Amino acid sequence: MRERALAEIAGASDLRALDEVRVGWLGKKGRLTAELKNLGQLPPEARREAGQAVNELKRELSACLEARKAELERAELDRRLATETLDVTLPGRGVDPGGPHPVTRAMSRILSIFSGLGFAVADGPEVEDDYHNFEALNFPPHHPARAMHDTFYLPDGRLLRTHTSPVQIRVMKEQTPPVRIVAPGRVFRSDSDQTHTPQFHQVEGLLVDEDVTFADLKGLLSTFVNTYFEDELEMRLRPSYFPFTEPSAEVDIRWRNSDGSPGRWLEVLGCGMVHPNVLENCGVDAERFTGYAFGLGVERFAMLRYRVDDLRLFFDNDLRFLAQFR
Amino acid sequence: MRFSLNWLRQWVPTDLDAQSVADRLTAAGLEVDELETIGTGLDGVVVGEIVDCKPHPDADRLRVCEVDYGADAPVTIVCGAPNARAGLKAPLATVGATLPNGLKIKPAKLRGVESRGMLCSAPELGLGEDASGLLELPAALETGAALAGALGLPDYVIEVDLTPNRADCLSIRGIARELAAAESLECREPEIAKVAPALDDDIEIELTDPADCPRYVGRLVRGIDPLATTPAWMVERLERSGLRSRSPIVDVTNYVLLELGQPMHAFDAGIIKGGIRVRRARPGDRITLLDGQAIEPDEDMLLICDHEKPVALAGIMGGQDSAVGDETRDILLESAWFNPATIIGKGRRLGLATDSSHRFERGVDPELQVPAIERATALILDIAGGRPGPVIEKTSPEHLPEAPSIKLRMDRVNRVLGTDLECGCVRDILIRLGMKLEPDGDGFRVAPPSARRDLAIEVDLIEEVARMVGYDRLPSRAPGGRLKAVVAGERTVAMDVMRSSLHARGFQEIMTWSFVSAEDLSVLALQASAQPLANPLSQEMGVLRTSLLPGLLRTAATNLRHQQPRLKLFETGHVFSSAGKWTESERIGLAIAGDAHPESWLESRRDFDFYDLKGEVEHLAGCAGHAPDALQVVAKTVDWLHPGQSCALSLNGRELGFAGQLHPGVAAELDLDDSIFVAELDLAVLRERSLPVFTGTARYPSVRRDLALLVPESVPAADLQRVCAHSAGRTLEKCIIFDKYQGKGIESGYKSVGIGLILRDVSRTLTDEEVDSVMLSVVESLRKECQVRLRG
Repeated sequence: MRERALAEIAGASDLRALDEVRVGWLGKKGRLTAELKNLGQLPPEARREAGQAVNELKRELSACLEARKAELERAELDRRLATETLDVTLPGRGVDPGGPHPVTRAMSRILSIFSGLGFAVADGPEVEDDYHNFEALNFPPHHPARAMHDTFYLPDGRLLRTHTSPVQIRVMKEQTPPVRIVAPGRVFRSDSDQTHTPQFHQVEGLLVDEDVTFADLKGLLSTFVNTYFEDELEMRLRPSYFPFTEPSAEVDIRWRNSDGSPGRWLEVLGCGMVHPNVLENCGVDAERFTGYAFGLGVERFAMLRYRVDDLRLFFDNDLRFLAQFR
Repeated sequence: MRFSLNWLRQWVPTDLDAQSVADRLTAAGLEVDELETIGTGLDGVVVGEIVDCKPHPDADRLRVCEVDYGADAPVTIVCGAPNARAGLKAPLATVGATLPNGLKIKPAKLRGVESRGMLCSAPELGLGEDASGLLELPAALETGAALAGALGLPDYVIEVDLTPNRADCLSIRGIARELAAAESLECREPEIAKVAPALDDDIEIELTDPADCPRYVGRLVRGIDPLATTPAWMVERLERSGLRSRSPIVDVTNYVLLELGQPMHAFDAGIIKGGIRVRRARPGDRITLLDGQAIEPDEDMLLICDHEKPVALAGIMGGQDSAVGDETRDILLESAWFNPATIIGKGRRLGLATDSSHRFERGVDPELQVPAIERATALILDIAGGRPGPVIEKTSPEHLPEAPSIKLRMDRVNRVLGTDLECGCVRDILIRLGMKLEPDGDGFRVAPPSARRDLAIEVDLIEEVARMVGYDRLPSRAPGGRLKAVVAGERTVAMDVMRSSLHARGFQEIMTWSFVSAEDLSVLALQASAQPLANPLSQEMGVLRTSLLPGLLRTAATNLRHQQPRLKLFETGHVFSSAGKWTESERIGLAIAGDAHPESWLESRRDFDFYDLKGEVEHLAGCAGHAPDALQVVAKTVDWLHPGQSCALSLNGRELGFAGQLHPGVAAELDLDDSIFVAELDLAVLRERSLPVFTGTARYPSVRRDLALLVPESVPAADLQRVCAHSAGRTLEKCIIFDKYQGKGIESGYKSVGIGLILRDVSRTLTDEEVDSVMLSVVESLRKECQVRLRG
């Protein structure tokens, strides 16, 4: 009986057949169940022994049925999975990524460097008045330095800021030193040719505290430039003139050729020590506090970093260009 | 400022080569823009004089010239230049010479006439651009002399791009002083001797507005030779500075301007009636300037007048009638100091930018007027003869700029520069720069040279010290200072977060102009509040944008033309409105057009629709941390959007912006074929959020009940959700609209809407009875407030 049962279990080729085997042996009317029922008719002395044997067999068959069931289930799963095979090389359900404008990309990098150096971000309006854009920054009325800024005016005398330096004034009038800010933003000059667009972006930095020197300015700028370009670039400062700083300097970096050798000098920044008149205009004691300021053109830094050779591409907004800066 | 290096070398003898001179000037803050070599490779080129010039027998355009070049006999040259004529001196390249352009000069037969050499134009010698004919040489040059020697060649022309503070360097004198100071060299300033008067002719000078003109120096010179010519050396120097030789008198005034920095003027003394009056213009004044422009000067302009009429626009340009002409024998020289504030801007108003106004606007050395007039007199006497009158000087000392006396503290020098410079080093620098100093405390009291009008306060001197030490030699200190946390507040969403969430959704950022054309805005009916610029670059960029839409739409149109199948664009930026109260605010604009998905084998193509756009807005608000119910949307018609697919958005009760399909009529005007969906949101509102606060997690199961509703067409979904929320109260966790159908099988004027309500109580499991009672009340409210019926 045992051999027959085991053979039937092993011979069941699917789950339904296996269940029929189970019912045939262990079901209410199964053969083994019948054996159990028949035990009562055996003599009491034989009943015990036979009972043990039948129960033993029942346990064995149950275990075998379970094992065979698991086997068959596994096989059935394998069969089903085989039918679900996909061509994994077909493309996925696509979401094309977007991305930042390259000027934003450069701007974010610049701001993250300065925020790492403890500079807070400050902003101000793009339509400014003469006081904040020029007068408070030590540009006397009618001064020729104003002619360096080709200014867009509104009919009422207000203007589009020509630099983000007015933010210096707004911040210094509100805060007392130490002041450590960067002012990013859009600026405007009425100039349009291959190397000038009527709008561009600047980041202006300002640090005012006790004991701030030209040496701190130099150190900050070389840290910034080297961090931005992830390189150790030669840097040089040339005397220049901005009404709101003195001493004033233009900063050049020595660009690297593609073979790594030192290349051309490129002008990248303007900077200087905050002019005492500017500090006084903002109610800061220029004897006690000194400060430095610097300004850079974001488009310029984007062009250098990402090797863009034409400034005007930034405002053409051709997606074939923009998509290259993800 | 352009000048000849050879001229500079006369002032500052130095062995430095041209490039080193340029580098030193740049390092001192006089940025050299251009360094141009002239007159190399001129061996074998001499000064030739055409003694005879005849037409070629066999060629209409050629001439046969006999050219004297200092040899025993003239040489025959065949020449095609239109200006070849007897008496002209021109460069002659002799046989055997090689020109800078590589041409070797050999004897040649031209149409049967032998030519032994070549008469040259300026470009053939690398001496200029004018190819119209032979280079006409000054008659004063010695015939036969080597051309290079005669013209002071080779030479370099240096162009310095000066910052507006360095008016003193608008002259050879200023540049020479600077180079000498930077290199610790001697500056050989020519001694300017007084020219003794040979006449006692006086002329009356009146300073009517002494604040505008505190010093006016005049001098008569009579009996000059009108046939005199300017010497070649002076012509060359003027030309290398970009000035053309005109006449000896004008050339001398220009020469003194370049040499010393004093703009001068010469009047025909015969035209001057009575004397000179320097005064502001009055109504009725008229003057025709040297450039032929007849003007009625504004009342803030300063005039040089005689006793009858204006004769010059002070500091800017002389008058035509009083100008020195070919036959002028008597002249009146002017050397004046005008207040920069009086001159500035006036020339520009008339479209005039002259060498004179450029210098007066920036400030001329107030001590220079008398030396300059002496220098000019001496040069005129040398070149054109004549007898000078006395120097007549009229000065209003109280209106002249004060010579400053500046206190310089050593401690301050080192505190600003971060240096530990010694007193002696600073003293040497200041002396090299021509300053006079006296010891004062730990520093000095400093009197700068009168030409350095830019030096007025202590920090000006500190910059001089820094320049002369060399910026690159000053110390550098790594960033330090007191630490301060500069992390932005958590209640304003960082722009990077906003941008990244859009990038992840496939949006490409663009950057368009802040100014647009009035037309761009009027197409959208957005022009009313636009602020025009007073001086736009063009009408295309004539007004400030009132919205980001014009830029987004223009960009969309361009890129769709470039065959982009789908667009998802965004821009952030300031917009401006002058309607009523002036506002400047920051917005974010979205535009989507074309295929809703990238083309794929998985999905069939469909176009973007309104709900794609709305989903993006909801996603953006979600990324900014706003709960779904914080964003409220109501249908609203605006001119530029599809009347049935546009909405006004608000966030936490504050106006946020709009979203919708661009009006197909507008799209057609903009040549946009595709449907395009746009939204513009106020960034300040979008970015302001509250801190997330933990409210516990649900521990008891929720129950979902679905309702199939028949809803009047005009009732918006938001009303159904609002009524459900109000009626179900706190137990409503979520209200989902899972179906919406209209059409066959649905009564006309109605739509079928499926709503799923998810109910949950935070403190226990809801019983069937409780859920039933909530649902009853919801259905009842919907029936009453929205005229909704339950379906079948």
